[in-house]
Amino acid sequence: MKTELERVEPRPARRRFLQGAAALASTLIAPGVLLYISSHATETATKSPRWGLLIDTNAMSEADVDACVQACKREHGWQSRAGSKTDAQWIRKVGLSDPQSGHRRFLPMMCQHCENPPCVDVCPTGASFKRADGIVLVNRHICIGCRYCMMACPYKARSFIHEPLQDQLPVAPRGKGTVESCTLCVHRIDRDGADAVPACAEAVNQGGRSAIVFGDLNDSDSEIVKRLRKHGGTKLRADMGLNPALRYQGL
Amino acid sequence: MAATPRYAEIRTSTARYWGLLILLALIAVIGFAAAHHMDVEGHHITGMNNQVVWGLPHVFAIFLIVAASGALNLASLASVFQRAEYKPLARFSAVLSIALLVGGLAILLLDLGRPDRLIVAMTHYNFKSIFAWNIILYSGFVVIVVAYLWLMMERRMHRWSRPAGMFALAWRLTLTTGTGSIFGFLVAREAYDSALLAPMFIVMSFAFGLAVFILLLLLSFRLDRRELDGAHLLRLRKLLGLFCTGVLYFVVVFHLTKLYGSQNHDFERFILVEGGVYTVLFWFFQIGLGSLLPLWLVYAPRLQNSVASLVLASLLVILGAFAQLYVIIIGGQAFPLNIFPGYIVDSSFSDGAVNTYSPSLWEFLLGCGGFTCALLIALLVIRILPIMPEKLPREID
Repeated sequence: MKTELERVEPRPARRRFLQGAAALASTLIAPGVLLYISSHATETATKSPRWGLLIDTNAMSEADVDACVQACKREHGWQSRAGSKTDAQWIRKVGLSDPQSGHRRFLPMMCQHCENPPCVDVCPTGASFKRADGIVLVNRHICIGCRYCMMACPYKARSFIHEPLQDQLPVAPRGKGTVESCTLCVHRIDRDGADAVPACAEAVNQGGRSAIVFGDLNDSDSEIVKRLRKHGGTKLRADMGLNPALRYQGL
Repeated sequence: MAATPRYAEIRTSTARYWGLLILLALIAVIGFAAAHHMDVEGHHITGMNNQVVWGLPHVFAIFLIVAASGALNLASLASVFQRAEYKPLARFSAVLSIALLVGGLAILLLDLGRPDRLIVAMTHYNFKSIFAWNIILYSGFVVIVVAYLWLMMERRMHRWSRPAGMFALAWRLTLTTGTGSIFGFLVAREAYDSALLAPMFIVMSFAFGLAVFILLLLLSFRLDRRELDGAHLLRLRKLLGLFCTGVLYFVVVFHLTKLYGSQNHDFERFILVEGGVYTVLFWFFQIGLGSLLPLWLVYAPRLQNSVASLVLASLLVILGAFAQLYVIIIGGQAFPLNIFPGYIVDSSFSDGAVNTYSPSLWEFLLGCGGFTCALLIALLVIRILPIMPEKLPREID
């Protein structure tokens, strides 16, 4: 038995309107849904990498650290004269002495490519920025040279260009009056991806050694993650919650 | 109740007045020439380096910006807190605050590595940056205070001067909070990383701004031979004493807080005991000459009517202000970062070592140029517009 309501035929005009509206809605929404599904699919298939370095200080002599610094200078074309307080130092040799035992070790120190970089937070123009793959860089086109990033960096990783520059290299454009730091050899990474080897790592990993391991911290099968899983690694100033992409062993 | 004050342009045309203006203009031009030289040569001709990245220009600039906010005190007291006795000075208070801010901003801008990229700073904002907020706060301050000044000066608009005064007060407290937080938000450095810096900068602004205000008020009244009764000076004297006490209180609490936990003992030992120039600046110039001596000059019963003692106290407050900002800004950077706790550290980049800094002439000239630029603007505006009261006689109650 039909109820009163079901017996009433929908008016043709209203039916046409509802059909039209449904068709329009499907046309508008469907591509969005498809796009969402497809983008979601690629996201899971190729999760964005986070490039990092593992530095084994036990495997590095003072000469190895010097080699890192020299390689970086050659790769990027920066110089630092002895005793100059205004020259750039993208990477530096730090000597650590244990006050009790007197034990001495050396390590290379550079931009730690933080997940939560204070330099990016404080930069007024957004010239300091972090790429999707975690590399922290300076856009020299919009850096105004205020040096607030240098005040904020917990690792003293950045240098201000105090002098006019000559003979710049194509892979590392620089500018007087702006700030710069280690790029993790981003030009090599953009060329070679996961197979890239930053210049500092290349300099020390001679003869089958791997004192500096480059790799994707998001890839559980990468060498860097395997080594970290096995031996652990120290984040410098870990208490600040910056989650740097550089890890040290032997500290 | 005080009668409605009458205002008039400064009319003096003595050689002394014009001589002063020409001298100030000359220093300002030399300062900007020095900045141009720094821009062409690069910052290696300054004393600043990759360890002490902010130097003397920033001491001057922050002094002027902080004082600018405080110079608006008397206008706020008159408009917002309805203290009629300060009303005659409200216009000059607004003019001086704009002038000081412009001078300070000029220094900050000209010290940039790329001052030619001002347009970039005005068009690219990272809203997480306290520096970007300050760009908005500083430019907004100028606009708001100019509008506020106009509302005070235009008879038909008087009724709007109170809401404008309230807005300006809220804005300048936010502005100085922002300036203090430039340092307060620097979590990586032991010298900063404290919420206390924001309120401390606010009280500093009250004291520094008032000191500059008192000196320029006395100077312009003397230049134009206007009548100024001692009762007005007595009030300003008491205010200066109150603000100096406030600054001293914050300094004591700041250092006590740092001294309590052992993690900051090395830093406190550096500033208070072993820091060489910073220790001398702190104890002798900031605390001794810049705080205790002005307090004595302000409160000593037999000096209550001495104009000379008020002038000296104001000059000493400014001297102490420079010492305090030098210790905060440069002393804070001189102390090494503690990246490797528990180790003795050395490197070619001054790791583990006290960073050295000796200001060059260029920076000093730039700083002086910005300061004199501010004074020049103030002294010119009071000649062009009816800013100063014709006289400040004893009020009839």
